Amino acid sequence: MQTYMILIVLLAFMAFAYQFGKRRALHTAGGPAPVRNLHSLPSYYGFYVMLWAALPSLLVLLLWSLFQESVLTQLVIGSLPQDMRALSEAELGLIINDVRNLASGDIVSQEPDETTQMAAAHLQKLQGMADLAKAVVILALSVIAAGFAWRSVAPKMRARNRVEWIVKGLLIISASVAILTTIGIVMSVLFESLRFFQKIPVTDFLFGLEWSPQTAIRADQVGATGAFGVIPLLVGTLLISFIALVVAVPIGLMSAIYLSEYATPHLRSIAKPVIEVLAGIPTVVYGFFAALTVAPAVRGFGESFGLDVSSESALAAGLVMGIMIIPFVSSLSDDVINAVPQAMRDASFALGATHSETVRQVIIPAALPGIMGGVLLAASRAIGETMIVVMAAGLSSNLTVNPLEAVTTVTVQIVTLLVGDQEFDSAKTLAAFALGLVLFTITLALNVLALHIVRKYREQYE
Amino acid sequence: MNQSRSRSRTAELVEASLKRRYAKESRFRMMGLGAIGLGLLFVLILFVSIISNGYGAFVQTHIRMAVTFDSAILDPQGTGDPEVLKQADYRQLVRQPLREMFPDVKSRRDKRKLYQFISGGAERELRDMVLADPSIIGTTKELWLMADDDVDMVVKGHIAREDVIANGGEKLIQWLERFEAEDRVERQFNTTFFTSGDSREPEQSGIGGAVAGSFFTLIVTLLLAFPIGVAAAVYLEEFAPRNRFTDLIEVNINNLAAVPSIVFGLLGLAMFINLFGLPRSAPLVGGLVLTLMTLPTVIIAARAALKSVPPSIREAALGVGASKMQTIAHHVLPLAMPGMLTGAIIGMAQALGETAPLLMIGMVAFIVDVPGGPLDPSTVLPVQIYLWADSPERAFVERTSAAIMVLLAFLISMNALAVILRRKFERRW
Repeated sequence: MQTYMILIVLLAFMAFAYQFGKRRALHTAGGPAPVRNLHSLPSYYGFYVMLWAALPSLLVLLLWSLFQESVLTQLVIGSLPQDMRALSEAELGLIINDVRNLASGDIVSQEPDETTQMAAAHLQKLQGMADLAKAVVILALSVIAAGFAWRSVAPKMRARNRVEWIVKGLLIISASVAILTTIGIVMSVLFESLRFFQKIPVTDFLFGLEWSPQTAIRADQVGATGAFGVIPLLVGTLLISFIALVVAVPIGLMSAIYLSEYATPHLRSIAKPVIEVLAGIPTVVYGFFAALTVAPAVRGFGESFGLDVSSESALAAGLVMGIMIIPFVSSLSDDVINAVPQAMRDASFALGATHSETVRQVIIPAALPGIMGGVLLAASRAIGETMIVVMAAGLSSNLTVNPLEAVTTVTVQIVTLLVGDQEFDSAKTLAAFALGLVLFTITLALNVLALHIVRKYREQYE
Repeated sequence: MNQSRSRSRTAELVEASLKRRYAKESRFRMMGLGAIGLGLLFVLILFVSIISNGYGAFVQTHIRMAVTFDSAILDPQGTGDPEVLKQADYRQLVRQPLREMFPDVKSRRDKRKLYQFISGGAERELRDMVLADPSIIGTTKELWLMADDDVDMVVKGHIAREDVIANGGEKLIQWLERFEAEDRVERQFNTTFFTSGDSREPEQSGIGGAVAGSFFTLIVTLLLAFPIGVAAAVYLEEFAPRNRFTDLIEVNINNLAAVPSIVFGLLGLAMFINLFGLPRSAPLVGGLVLTLMTLPTVIIAARAALKSVPPSIREAALGVGASKMQTIAHHVLPLAMPGMLTGAIIGMAQALGETAPLLMIGMVAFIVDVPGGPLDPSTVLPVQIYLWADSPERAFVERTSAAIMVLLAFLISMNALAVILRRKFERRW
């Protein structure tokens, strides 16, 4: 690959640049003895030249790689005959795809006509030129930048300060990646959602009671009107999450209480890591477990009572999700229970309370805000969980709160809408981003609330 | 007098209630113990169910056949040209000994069933043998050929023989029993499972492609997440002034740690694929998405490691005239490195098990070839598990569980490595 080659050459040149910078520093200082005339250690002059050799050209390389594809496509579209350019965006996209495949020697969807072949040849030529130009520009930039830095090397130059300044800049940029990621998430879901709301009114989306995202291909198709009401999905999500919390909160809380109040250090050192194993198991494993083992078991159990249980029941998905979040609840509760001051326990014991009375009437009330925060975090985890519900919950929407029926969730719908072939403009695909926005907003609100509660609680005892 | 009586009454009341209170106490204890027991039970059930389903996939049924490398079939003109050998009809080589063994099978339908005994993968094996050593042509060899997945399931007992007979497969069982009587059936270690890519035929499918895809994805993630995470942590712990900007970064890191992983997939789809035009299904894009996802974990762990380096180290270095950057690069970072590495390994384990965001960026494609680099279309181990879990064939249930066992083995060894690192380099100041 061209980019790999450029990177390797660049690395080699960086090593040279370092050596040259260091040599020149020593040289201008007048040999190794009067090295004290230099402002900085000689290696800093080397680093300075090296950074100049690397950073500008790496930046250009990154930008070039990101935008080469789209610029070339624009050029090829510009070279197409007039009547082709007048085609709709989707058809043009198909042709461009063919051209691209033809140029890279892959299979094309149809027998290429003459214009496509010409365009492909054109694209191939452009690609060759662009690759060559990329290599030349980047290496030249590296050499020129390093050259200027090299010339500026002099005993008086504050090389260390300059290098440290650059490194500090890099640190700040790294730290800002978190902000950029958040901005990226908000932008990508927000923009696509806005495009979705141009096709489907916001009120229909937020308050609609029906979800069936199949839009009609033919006008007279049956049952393909395309309804985008998010309520059934939200109800399904909340139902499954609620079942999960009903499983996880008592088990997690009780085991946290036992581990921190009653257990011997030996039992604690075994049981705590084993329960935390549950947190490290990939969710796809839970999904498989739910679909293969738990769902049939739940179904068989229900049928033995004469109940009609769906094979994709909300109960099975919720149970397994509950198992998954037990460690969240238990380790967060464990932390807050341990944070309750010993003095409160001692006071309660001194009044003659038994241990369980102390726990129930003193420790739990004192730790309650922290436990609530932990439960909210677990709830946000359950709402955003994808693989378990994709594999074990239903696909079609169903507005019900009966845990024995199949319901679908927000995350399941995002996956089904986006996996497989997709056109980027259809309401179906855009709907997935609107669902993503809903999901992001709900989990963000829950997290902010949970962190707020936890932080407020901590201030009481510290 | 009055007072002492009331005191004794209180004591009586308390004593009377003691039994009830102690009973309550022991009930409460039992509940706690029960909760822990349930938690441990869940772990046990999960592992038992996966392992009991999956261990069988590490062996594969093979059937011994006397294969004649007939030159009339392979190379009628006797050219010896590799192109001719590549195109030859290897199916006939497999079918011939079957026909000879069961000469009484005449009808077309029965014949087709008989031919299905041997996997289609056997033809490829024979072709590779001939291409590797053309002098084999004309000889007859006793070879272990891979059996079809249905035969495999019957031999392993996952499909009961009675059920096969009930479904009209009486002859299949007769044939199988004849093979067994002649000692022609054997279970051998399943190398295909570890080396080959995905396939529609369970017996030919393997996790080789998915493991390679996971490897490239994790390499990209590690190369990006570790340096960026460490740099961000160093800035936040050592340099950052307390101001709005720093607070904003901290809030963002905390929130990103709790954003559902599927939302990162949406980001990857909208940004990396649709905006920047990076290839779909490529480990490069998967690695980028997982980098953004694991960064909070890496940053938080790295900050904890930096915090645990005592200030006296910094003060001593500054005291002998090192600059702040030198102090950090020469003294603080080396001391914090084990903790940072531990965090990075845990982040990588998290990334290795992640599925949902990779579905969004097209790593769910059906890919037969083992990828050779971070730009080749590929899938990863958890996604392969998801794909197989969706397949209806019984044999894929076994493969899925076996793939899960491999995935869990990787995760456990990564976490064990992290624990060992921590134990070995942990310092108390």
